[in-house]
Amino acid sequence: MTDVGSQVETFVELIRRASTDLPADVNRALEKGRAGETKDGLAERALGTILENVELARSTSAPICQDTGTPVVWIHHPVGVSTRKLAADFTTAVEEATKRTYLRPNAVDTLTGRNTGTGHGRGIPFLHFEEWDEPRIEVRMILKGGGSENVGAQYKLPDGKLRAGRDLEGVRRAVLDAVFQAQGKGCAPGVLGVCIGGDRVSAYEMSKRQILRPIVDTNPIPELAELEERILREANMLGVGPMGFGGRTTLLAVKIGVLDRLPACYFVTVTYMCWADRKAAVSIDAKGEATWLS
Amino acid sequence: MAELKLPVGEEEIRRLKVGDFVELTGRMITGRDAAHKWLMEDVRQDVMPFMKDTLIYHCGPVVAKRDDGSWDFVAAGPTTSIREEPYQADVIGRYGLRGVIGKGGMGAKTLAGLKEHGAVYLHAIGGAAQVLARAIPKVERVFMLDEFGVPEALWVIHVERFPVVVSMDSHGGSLHDEVEAGSMAKLKELLGL
Repeated sequence: MTDVGSQVETFVELIRRASTDLPADVNRALEKGRAGETKDGLAERALGTILENVELARSTSAPICQDTGTPVVWIHHPVGVSTRKLAADFTTAVEEATKRTYLRPNAVDTLTGRNTGTGHGRGIPFLHFEEWDEPRIEVRMILKGGGSENVGAQYKLPDGKLRAGRDLEGVRRAVLDAVFQAQGKGCAPGVLGVCIGGDRVSAYEMSKRQILRPIVDTNPIPELAELEERILREANMLGVGPMGFGGRTTLLAVKIGVLDRLPACYFVTVTYMCWADRKAAVSIDAKGEATWLS
Repeated sequence: MAELKLPVGEEEIRRLKVGDFVELTGRMITGRDAAHKWLMEDVRQDVMPFMKDTLIYHCGPVVAKRDDGSWDFVAAGPTTSIREEPYQADVIGRYGLRGVIGKGGMGAKTLAGLKEHGAVYLHAIGGAAQVLARAIPKVERVFMLDEFGVPEALWVIHVERFPVVVSMDSHGGSLHDEVEAGSMAKLKELLGL
């Protein structure tokens, strides 16, 4: 498997799917949230508008949110596939998807303040490549919005103010503080991706990777599974609610990954994904044929 | 749900209270990060008439250009407002705005500005870009498009029954302060702080 041909159209379709529809499990979690809110209150109405909006976006193939985010992409590939070519195809696809208004031109030259107009720029899109043994390419992408990116946080433990030590209780304290600090500004109800350990770079990448997990799954590490469940329950007791209007639905899910760390460092890194938890995945076989993964 | 026609006078704005649902109809302008900085660097006379007695919408839309040269808002929900906190109260005062539409709420300086100038903060549903784009049937003109790009340009738009909630009023009321105080108390209880 060395040459799979141009993947531009497949990647444009991947972006269209992510930008204009939500995965079924995210939709279900939003519906469940609405059912749990007080009838005709601000929280229920906010979730009602959100669900109506998703339906409209899906039926008209238009972006769910005007902040179509940064494509953050994980690509697994067999030996011999050119990652440079895949990266070039993805970048072309971002430009094409921007032309077709599935994406907003979302890359700004940091020095001049000018929008590049193409959707791509230095470091955008953000592509991770990993070689694997399977004879196919798998592409998994999230579209990460900026409002929620701004409320992400990285804690270094111990933290005296939170009385958070270097253990899972300390992690719980840091993550709940991050949810409080975010209030409604990350477009609650959000999905949290958390990484314990790692360095400042690897930890953010791992925390974002957690967003790829389904809303309802079980962490294979029992103590993390328990912690995810507890933080979700407690975060939803904070009363932040959808959009920060107050209510019972502050988070839809908490997903925690772990990396080993330097003796001196103990980071707790939180990525906040907005309710528009947009993601899509595709498998590409040796002939270049695409199969959509839910 | 109350209807509010734009442009709007101070008296009508002062009647609005935190928690009111309002539908907006009329002309307003968009503006976000680059726009707020630009609006305070100088007095921008050319945009003044499009801001007086109306609202500024914190929005970076997806926009399509039609064959006849007109513009169409394809997706247009609110962006996070707190980034404009250093500028907002002064922008309201200088340009005679009657309020702001955004998401996430704003801080003490803006709240004081709303009280002083007779203005409100209206919260739109973040991410509801399709529902809200449908309430924007017409784009009249645009300022600073080349300089700021599509998301950050100042778009003069007409809205029809555009749905919002008053989350900060002109009497010092703020839903965001209430929710933050409540969640702070709960956090302290959960963490035993």
